[in-house]
Amino acid sequence: MDLHEYQAKEIFRGAGIPVPPGKVATTPEEAEAFAREFGGMVVVKAQVHSGGRGKAGGVKLAKTPEEAREHAARILGMDIKGLTVHKVLITPAEDIDTEAYVGVLVDRNSQAPMFMVSAEGGVDIEEVAHTNPDAIRKLTVDPRYGLLPHQAYWLANALYDDPGLIRQAQKVMGQLYNAFVNAGASMAEINPLITTPGGQVKAIDAKVSIDDNELFRRPEIEAYRDTSGEPEAETEARDADLTFIKLDGDVGCCVNGAGLAMATMDLVKYYGGEPANFLDIGGSSSPEKVVNALKIITADPAVKVILFNIFGGITRTDDVANGIVEATRNIDIDVPIVIRLTGTNEELALEILKNAGFEAYTSMDEVVSKAVELANRA
Amino acid sequence: MSIFIDENTRLVVQGITGRDGSFHARQMMEYGTNVVAGVTPGKGGQTFEGPDGRTVPIFNAMDEAVASTGANTSVIYVPPAFAAGAVMEAADAGIDFVVAITEGVPVLDMARAHAFARDRGTRVLGPNCPGLISPGKAKVGILPGQIVAPGPVGLVSRSGTLTYEAVYHLTTAGIGQTTCVGIGGDPLIGTKFIDCLAAFKDDPDTKAIVMIGEIGGTDEQEAAEYVKENLDLPVVGFIAGQTAPPGRRMGHAGAIISGSAGTAAEKMEAFEANGIQVAKRPVEIAELIRAALQG
Repeated sequence: MDLHEYQAKEIFRGAGIPVPPGKVATTPEEAEAFAREFGGMVVVKAQVHSGGRGKAGGVKLAKTPEEAREHAARILGMDIKGLTVHKVLITPAEDIDTEAYVGVLVDRNSQAPMFMVSAEGGVDIEEVAHTNPDAIRKLTVDPRYGLLPHQAYWLANALYDDPGLIRQAQKVMGQLYNAFVNAGASMAEINPLITTPGGQVKAIDAKVSIDDNELFRRPEIEAYRDTSGEPEAETEARDADLTFIKLDGDVGCCVNGAGLAMATMDLVKYYGGEPANFLDIGGSSSPEKVVNALKIITADPAVKVILFNIFGGITRTDDVANGIVEATRNIDIDVPIVIRLTGTNEELALEILKNAGFEAYTSMDEVVSKAVELANRA
Repeated sequence: MSIFIDENTRLVVQGITGRDGSFHARQMMEYGTNVVAGVTPGKGGQTFEGPDGRTVPIFNAMDEAVASTGANTSVIYVPPAFAAGAVMEAADAGIDFVVAITEGVPVLDMARAHAFARDRGTRVLGPNCPGLISPGKAKVGILPGQIVAPGPVGLVSRSGTLTYEAVYHLTTAGIGQTTCVGIGGDPLIGTKFIDCLAAFKDDPDTKAIVMIGEIGGTDEQEAAEYVKENLDLPVVGFIAGQTAPPGRRMGHAGAIISGSAGTAAEKMEAFEANGIQVAKRPVEIAELIRAALQG
């Protein structure tokens, strides 16, 4: 789960990281009032779960409160990479001497948290990694000991020459690691970490992603969830305990298992169609889950056909077939449904489905090409 | 032969009294796995009723279970909040091989648990995996026993049902398996493709290998290089997620394209560049393996 900048900054402040003050406005008038409160120049920043806010015109400097209102009026409601901006962060503009990058993420290869720092901050770190990899210092943290003081110093030493700045940055490293662990994050990033002409180190941007598996024990982080930027169907699916991702095609997919669901989408494409969604209904495929899945898929007006692809392993496919029959009896669906069931008791399952009037198959290729044909004909 | 589990496997089920643990303990016993103990804190001294009137003793803790039964392998069905702890308890009790089925384990918990297990020489499979099966010998986890058959193919996969799909095609084509391993869909997993490939390399009965990957990470690319440098066996690969959008977690926590890294296209290229035949559709996996075994 991605957090907004203002939420990430709250977490960072809580960990002791020097972060300038900020207030979240939802109207231009609020933006003006907050700018007046802060006095002087402020930055108006779109709060949206997307990178590239600056390039999209979602970050603006305002010299006066009136200008802050004008910027807010333009940014609120703006579309950034398909996401609508509903909030802006108002924060005092800082005098910047240098910009560095500091980030920590879970590294798959070392199976541990890994720091990446660079004196070349304020730009996309993937870009720096590509063009000038030597400008990045990396450190793997043993999760059993945490970030040790000398390691934090070693990281900070890559950013500055001035001993005072190194000390401040060393402290920030430790604070960032604590924030990362305590929030259950998979990534936490300060870009840029600035120095001011007065010799202070400050975090003026913040980015945090939370490991979804941590949310069950962190209600205070779950409360940060903002569903306004995501399709309604994805919110409904999460509430129904289904994994659903909306896509742009017209073949609605309902599959058990994430790997098979991806392979099904790929096969739709292979046969010349476009999947409308990713949907994993999980192993048991109970009637209740099937009903919820069908409601979510059919709510998308683009869907022209519904494709079930179920592999019955431990679950007997005749049970799944009965579930599908029962589920579809109670909701109106005006697009064709094609079903593929393979595994234990598949002959029995096919018979149940055919008796209920469904097109049923045991081959994945057959059912997918049929679904694509129906979608393209509709 | 087979890898990781066989007729000498002596299994403890961690969380044997839970809904999933008890169901799958019975399934594993029915398949012929030697389930020697169960562990559920607070239920030590009780007995688990298996199929055909067979029973399994339940212990409060792993050290007691291992001391009393000589168990060498464990499988974990405990809830996500306790799964990493269960891995570490098993490692401390001297278990050689831990299979963590639990889905949804916090990643930082697993970072600690993997480090802990590594220090004690314990191999971990998973978490968030379907386990593994050596047809005719033993199964540990949740894979359906009826779709496999003994034979010459080693299979390793990040997926569950997609693995079943591939195995089913192999078996119905008359091609059996030495061992089928589901390594799991999480970002931090204990046993990777390379570990399985190395084990298959040392197994004289494995004559061909199927590798089923998906988007996210670089394990497939590293495995492909390993194949080129170390393996003489034919390998057939499949990658799921060619149509997956970047930045979205596709069901599995580890199945995510970060920036432009971890795409299906780059993995398929790595396979082809290193002599691995790429199946474009799941059904082609069995076709390519059949051709490879005949050639």
